[in-house]
Amino acid sequence: MELLHVKIPSWADLQWWLPELVLCLTFLFALIGDLLARGRRPVVPFAIAVLGLAVAGVLAVVDTGAAAPAGGRAIMGDLVVVDGLAAFFRLLFLFAGLATALFAWTSEEIMGRRREHKGEFYALTVLMTLAMMVMAEARDVLMLYLSMEGVGLASYVMAGYMRTSLRSTEASLKYVVFGAVSSAIMLYGLSLLYGMTGSLRFDGIRQALLAGGADPFGLLVAVVLILAGMSYKIAAVPFHFWCPDVYEGAPTPVAALFSVGPKAAGFALMIRFFYSTLAVGANPAASVALIDAINWPLLVAVISAVTMTFGNLVALRQDNVKRMLAYSSIAHVGYLLMGFVLLSDDGLAAILFYLLVYTLMNLGAFFFVVAVNNHLKSEELADYGGLFYRMHWTVGVMMVIFLGSLTGLPPFAGFVGKLYLFMAVMDRQWFWLVILAALNSVVSLYYYFRVAKVMILSRPAAGADASPLRLHWLQYVVLACLAVPTLALGLFFGSFKDLADASIRAMAGG
Amino acid sequence: MGEHILSWMTFFPVIGAAVIAFIPGGRKSVIKTVAAAAAAVPLILAVQLYLQFDRGSSGLQFVEHHSWIKSFNIEYFMAVDGLSMPMMLLTALLSFLCIFASWNIEKATKGYFAMFLILEAGMFGVFCALDFFLFYVFWEVMLLPMYFLIGIWGGPRREYAAIKFFLYTLAGSVLMLLAMIAFYLNTSDPVTGGHTFNMVHMFDQNNHSPWLQVTNVRHLLWMALFIGFAIKVPVFPFHTWLPDAHVEAPTAVSVILAGVLLKMGTYGLLRISYPMLPDQAMWFRYALATLGAINILYGAYCAMAQKDMKKLVAYSSVSHMGYVLLGMAAMNSAGMNGAVLQMFNHGTITAMMFLCVGVVYDRAHTREINGFGGLGLQMPRYFSFFSFALFAALGLPGLSGFVSEAMIFMGAFPAFRTITIISALGIIIGAAYVLWMLQRVFLGPKNDKWDNLPDINAREMLTLVPIGILVLLLGVYPMPVLDLMKVTLNNLVKVVAG
Repeated sequence: MELLHVKIPSWADLQWWLPELVLCLTFLFALIGDLLARGRRPVVPFAIAVLGLAVAGVLAVVDTGAAAPAGGRAIMGDLVVVDGLAAFFRLLFLFAGLATALFAWTSEEIMGRRREHKGEFYALTVLMTLAMMVMAEARDVLMLYLSMEGVGLASYVMAGYMRTSLRSTEASLKYVVFGAVSSAIMLYGLSLLYGMTGSLRFDGIRQALLAGGADPFGLLVAVVLILAGMSYKIAAVPFHFWCPDVYEGAPTPVAALFSVGPKAAGFALMIRFFYSTLAVGANPAASVALIDAINWPLLVAVISAVTMTFGNLVALRQDNVKRMLAYSSIAHVGYLLMGFVLLSDDGLAAILFYLLVYTLMNLGAFFFVVAVNNHLKSEELADYGGLFYRMHWTVGVMMVIFLGSLTGLPPFAGFVGKLYLFMAVMDRQWFWLVILAALNSVVSLYYYFRVAKVMILSRPAAGADASPLRLHWLQYVVLACLAVPTLALGLFFGSFKDLADASIRAMAGG
Repeated sequence: MGEHILSWMTFFPVIGAAVIAFIPGGRKSVIKTVAAAAAAVPLILAVQLYLQFDRGSSGLQFVEHHSWIKSFNIEYFMAVDGLSMPMMLLTALLSFLCIFASWNIEKATKGYFAMFLILEAGMFGVFCALDFFLFYVFWEVMLLPMYFLIGIWGGPRREYAAIKFFLYTLAGSVLMLLAMIAFYLNTSDPVTGGHTFNMVHMFDQNNHSPWLQVTNVRHLLWMALFIGFAIKVPVFPFHTWLPDAHVEAPTAVSVILAGVLLKMGTYGLLRISYPMLPDQAMWFRYALATLGAINILYGAYCAMAQKDMKKLVAYSSVSHMGYVLLGMAAMNSAGMNGAVLQMFNHGTITAMMFLCVGVVYDRAHTREINGFGGLGLQMPRYFSFFSFALFAALGLPGLSGFVSEAMIFMGAFPAFRTITIISALGIIIGAAYVLWMLQRVFLGPKNDKWDNLPDINAREMLTLVPIGILVLLLGVYPMPVLDLMKVTLNNLVKVVAG
């Protein structure tokens, strides 16, 4: 049995794992810093977390995995791999984590008076970022499960961060229960797969599958069960039920991070797991036969179609902006899954690119809600009337950029992301899916621009509070750091597209 | 500016919008002046374009060709030919005049003019982009400013009209997007062999993949493109967004909407659908002519039924764009030239009509046709301008509308006899709704309610006179515009009709 061949990790492996190492230390120091901050504004843990994330970010930029051998560098007893794909997601998660930490500093929900140990939030953000990074690096079923639970654990606590709020506590509990059930389902699927292939390593599984011997129906059952567990993580229909409630209940900065971080991590994991076990290999014909044997394309296409349509149609009826964004994030998962249908390099690269864009625009939209919530104490669309005229015009314009990008309008980045996904699917002539996705974009226009309509076209009702909203300077900075790339990536996306392509190629190399 | 004249025209308004963003919102006259300057430069460049344009060539001129996004083979490819030249001139002229027609915008002036200038940039871009991706970006860039221009500065039902416009056009756009991707994936660059967005390569049928030569595929692509463009024109039954948008939009925006934006639909058909899918254009021509006839008659009948002046003018646009479709469907020299000339002429005439409606609405705050009467005595100068515009609209010989409509009928008659004869009824109905409105608003007993209405002022005349001169000039001597386009269009006829 392979389990007996566990390699002992060597200290030398850590040199390839510097960002992760830094985050580990940051997490511990931030916790200690929080104990010291007791009762006061938690400057120390905040500063430690931001610094740690930034340093890890720099290290991740320095080591892009380009120097790694083909197929990536397997480290830590071959449990994780550092390659182009891992490097891409490292940067994505560190960026999301850093942006969230910075914005949370200005959020009333997080920093409000009634909470002790506010520093915990920053420690948890770091922990979650770390776990997500490991999710993108796992090359072994054990590590896959461990990292997913790591992300889950941090998420459960963060969702219930506002302990005195019923909604927040409920959100946390829902998340836990759903998480436990889907983890169990996924574990069952993984155990079936292990039984069929006798290996826990992704590449070992692939070799066993290609060597034949796996019964297609048994494999299909295992794949469906595993897919179910991962669908929970990315909130694809029909495993999405937790998503709107958790987003609505959790503090908004946390919801922002949830809507991009764990989702992207889920996709990273899915890309590596399914690509490594089913698609890649020296024998492409056998891979294709394998994928077709379990009807993978149709399976994923249907999930994708149902997810995007459901998310969009339900989002139409939401009056709470946060809930609307939750359903919209479900719809975006549907678009993203389009890239999965064929397990082709193009499709996967399109997913990476879209995740990058999605992170920017979705964080932006959520952060806008945070900024508004600080003043209005409400996320109801009805309270947004004439909001544009109550804040500096640049903030409203940035929100329009995020909304336009989420809709997929040029010249914003969301358009390019969608274009790339559409192309990947259209290239293999999945027309019904791409037409459905295009029509879904039109539907989404309605609810995204309902926010713009209420904010900009309607003036505040007579007698309503029309006092100007002043944002913290940090909020301007973070929003601009999200809005400017959202616009720029829509016009000059060549290098990022190449980066996404290279990341997929690097993973596929072995 | 000589080498990059098209880029300057397109992006100068954006620079203007950026400058306006930094002017404090209270300095309204400064904002307006900057906007006027930002729109004046493209107009001057348009004149330069007009003077330097080589009328004997059907090729692309003032070409700017650079690589933009290498990994997708997207290019920054701008150029004009005889088809886009009239549209560029029209856009430059109307945008400039509309800045003055918007002079009385007091609500959020800064946002209005910034949006307006971005809209102008998008329009120029659409008319000179020859890379499909670039074309699509410009096409969509116009949606956001238009949405806000209607939605913020529009009439009472502006929110409904704005989102309806947005949803309709986006629905059309995504179909076009899918067709664009299909073309991209199935067209190869003859030099590099890779996929390409370059329209010129897409025109050449030899670059198409075998899949793209399957008849059914081509039919589907044609329909996708056609619906995308038809919504913009708008072709019956996709026209329902238009009356709403027009009625709610502020005057200047209606002018741009009817004067330029509607032309993008027919421009797209001629620029993209015809040369890329010539056999499908032939296949579809009876349907197109029929739709044209429906537009002409249905639009005219609807116009006759309207009680709101602006809605009447809006439906008259539906009717007049029907002539363009009919001429295009004929696929002969007279029809095609007539169609593009009609696009230009309708742009100017309808602009005059909307401006005139705006004049009376600014004063009376109503556009109810039956609420007026005898205005001819009260506002004699205004009466003469409005009746000039209306006569041009009904196709009075000597004014520009007549020339293009006559050319269209001359072209269409040999091609589809019955449809043309039926369509010609549109002229009579057109005369009916125009004259009937004229009678109800300006003639008859004077309504005492309007005793205090001042006559048209200098600023308003400033916007009307240049267009009026153009309408008169082209009615007598249409060659200045015809010369620009005829070589290109005759070439297009050859491509499509063989």
